[in-house]
Amino acid sequence: MTEWQTDVSDGVAVIVCPARVSMAVAASFREAIAAAAAEAPKVVVDLGPTTFIDSSGLGALVSGLKTCRQAGGDLRIAAAGEQVRTVLKLTNLDRILRPHDSVEDARRDW
Amino acid sequence: MKQLAIRVLVLLTVTTGTLYVGWRWLFSVNWVNWWIAVPLVLAETYSLIDSYLFGLTMWRRKDRGEAPPPPEDATVDVLITTYNEPVEMVVATAEASERIVHPHTTWILDDGDRPEMRAAAARLGVGYLTRGDEWEDMPRHAKAGNLNSALFRTDGEFLLILDADQIPDPRILDHTLGWFRDPEVALVQTPQWFSNVTTSDPLGSQAPLFYGPIQQGKDGWNAAFFCGSNALLRRDALMQLGIVGYVREVERAVGDTLRASRRILTKAVARARKDTPELVPSVSLVLDAVHVAQRRLDDGFPVSEVTYEFQRTVQDASRSVVSDDLAAIRADLADLQLLAGPDADALPVDVDAELGLPVVDEAALERLSTRELSPLAAVDSVRRLMTAVDVDRADEAQPMMPLATVSVTEDMATCMRLHANGWKSVYHHEILAHGLAPEDLRTMLQQRLRWAQGTLQVLLRENPITQRGLSIGQRLMYFATMWSYLSGFAAVVYLAAPVVYLCLGILPVKAYGLTFLAYFIPYVVLNQLLFAVIGYGVKTWRGHQYSLALFPLWIRACVTAAANVWFGRPLGFVVTPKTRQARQPFPWRLIWPQLTAMAVLVVACVVGGLRLWAGTTTSVIGTGVNWLWVAYDLLVLSVIIEAARFRVPEFPDEVEERAA
Repeated sequence: MTEWQTDVSDGVAVIVCPARVSMAVAASFREAIAAAAAEAPKVVVDLGPTTFIDSSGLGALVSGLKTCRQAGGDLRIAAAGEQVRTVLKLTNLDRILRPHDSVEDARRDW
Repeated sequence: MKQLAIRVLVLLTVTTGTLYVGWRWLFSVNWVNWWIAVPLVLAETYSLIDSYLFGLTMWRRKDRGEAPPPPEDATVDVLITTYNEPVEMVVATAEASERIVHPHTTWILDDGDRPEMRAAAARLGVGYLTRGDEWEDMPRHAKAGNLNSALFRTDGEFLLILDADQIPDPRILDHTLGWFRDPEVALVQTPQWFSNVTTSDPLGSQAPLFYGPIQQGKDGWNAAFFCGSNALLRRDALMQLGIVGYVREVERAVGDTLRASRRILTKAVARARKDTPELVPSVSLVLDAVHVAQRRLDDGFPVSEVTYEFQRTVQDASRSVVSDDLAAIRADLADLQLLAGPDADALPVDVDAELGLPVVDEAALERLSTRELSPLAAVDSVRRLMTAVDVDRADEAQPMMPLATVSVTEDMATCMRLHANGWKSVYHHEILAHGLAPEDLRTMLQQRLRWAQGTLQVLLRENPITQRGLSIGQRLMYFATMWSYLSGFAAVVYLAAPVVYLCLGILPVKAYGLTFLAYFIPYVVLNQLLFAVIGYGVKTWRGHQYSLALFPLWIRACVTAAANVWFGRPLGFVVTPKTRQARQPFPWRLIWPQLTAMAVLVVACVVGGLRLWAGTTTSVIGTGVNWLWVAYDLLVLSVIIEAARFRVPEFPDEVEERAA
């Protein structure tokens, strides 16, 4: 079971992702986002350590976006590496979610 | 060698066919009797195009043989979908699934949410899934929804999909997983074969031409079809479809709604200027926000950012509208009641009851935007419109639907999207699961109707000919299947033409003389020869019979699918029962069109004979050709009587036997 590290400060929850965000951890990822959104519905997903994400991982992001929006907040993604950006582009998900360069960037103007 | 023979025959068939139909159009249409002559030549052209598509399918027939060994460490979920089938049937399938040799996890996906099914699953020690709370009051999408829901609760790399009645062979995974060594392969389909069918198969349940030459031919064009069961799917490919589809739906819905909001608010500002000038700034604020949102979307800003900011602005604005003038609100109550009253859901952005797509009802949107809404009601309706289509897809249980929900037959639509996204599919020609076919005419007719409707829905909603991402070959392979479902109209003409000739002596063709035979015979003989070679050792006659004999059903499918897609009429969807229906008397009502056609054909033959005898007509060849024609029609149609009289022999221990 992957541990999802979540830090809450100034009403924003930051979830730090592991190296691989794949179908094996997608369910616990969704739960982590839901848990974070319950604390602070503005959630930043820090993809800095992530070197591989698959469609199931992206699926968890989409579900997370729904959860956060319904809690009256929002979900943003930050520090995506090359592989993650490629997959975002391939699925057009970058048309929905902007990949912010860093967590600080993502928190700006919120 | 056989493939070479097939190619030669294909070329000869389409050449003679083109000569014949060309001669028909150019030299032999009896324009005087255009009302029957033109339909006949059109029907013949339809059949020629069908020959071309069939020939193209056979051109690249691919016999793959054995698969390589499975990829190392492949993880697999076996998903058994059920809704109302008997628990014993599902249990038999789950037990067989547990006997599959390759490591895997078995799941029963019970859309009926039955306690006894849950208990049986626990007893067997297999997984049990039902829809979660998030599906409450949401479009359920039948089987596609069931699978979509399970996709988010399981985590195997590959998914084996089984209908409740499909007993898998223990080797099914070992024999098929190897095809996934190619990382671009998303689907492996194996044949559907039915164990409860007699050798003569009067209901035409086995489809050996389809699960054989046709699928192999499609496979040659990288267009092997997904048929809903007995198939393996790559999870990553499905999830990718889900995300691509989600993005597409969201962009479309948000764009449509912003356009509508703009119209609504423009009118509201005008009205505010007239009646309540103090509200103009607030409403204008929202209108400005719409303009900004539209511009930003056009500039390529991510949708979630645009909608998030928009929601914020509207929230602030509605707060200020509300605080602006309490008296105005009271005056607005009537307006608001219209929106928030009993039909609060009567938003023009609705969810298609049948398919669950967010549907922007253009007409209703038009009505709403032309209605004299008060500023407050306008802002409120815009706010609610935007929530309905926001990035969280509040109108769907899950924001992502990896399996296509655009049609009642989710399989074909999903497969086409996979192909359009660049994935490959494989047809593995080895029977690795045994299922149960419908056992009476009524159930069989329902099933065929559903397939036909589903296929035609896909044609009308996502025409393969214009789908981006598909190769020419793939487009034509999808189109070929859809084209074949239009055969009902041609069949009516083929039945009517000889009747018209024999009874009235009216010729749709200029002459049924030797020239006609010289053009017609080679085409027909070669066509039959082609089928004989392709279908060698395979029973294809039943399929031929049914493609003509079910003409009323095919026409009904076309009409209902068109009414559904273009006018939003319900299809009258039915789950195909897997169990035997109660005994019924001879089902006159189901097949009266065919029986009527047969009676008319017989009468026409007699009348034709009398006319020849009385000298009213002199053409022996003409009468002879039409007699033969009628005889063929009758032979083909006779299957429907056989099917109606058919009663399955009782096998009380059928399920146990199959499981053994």
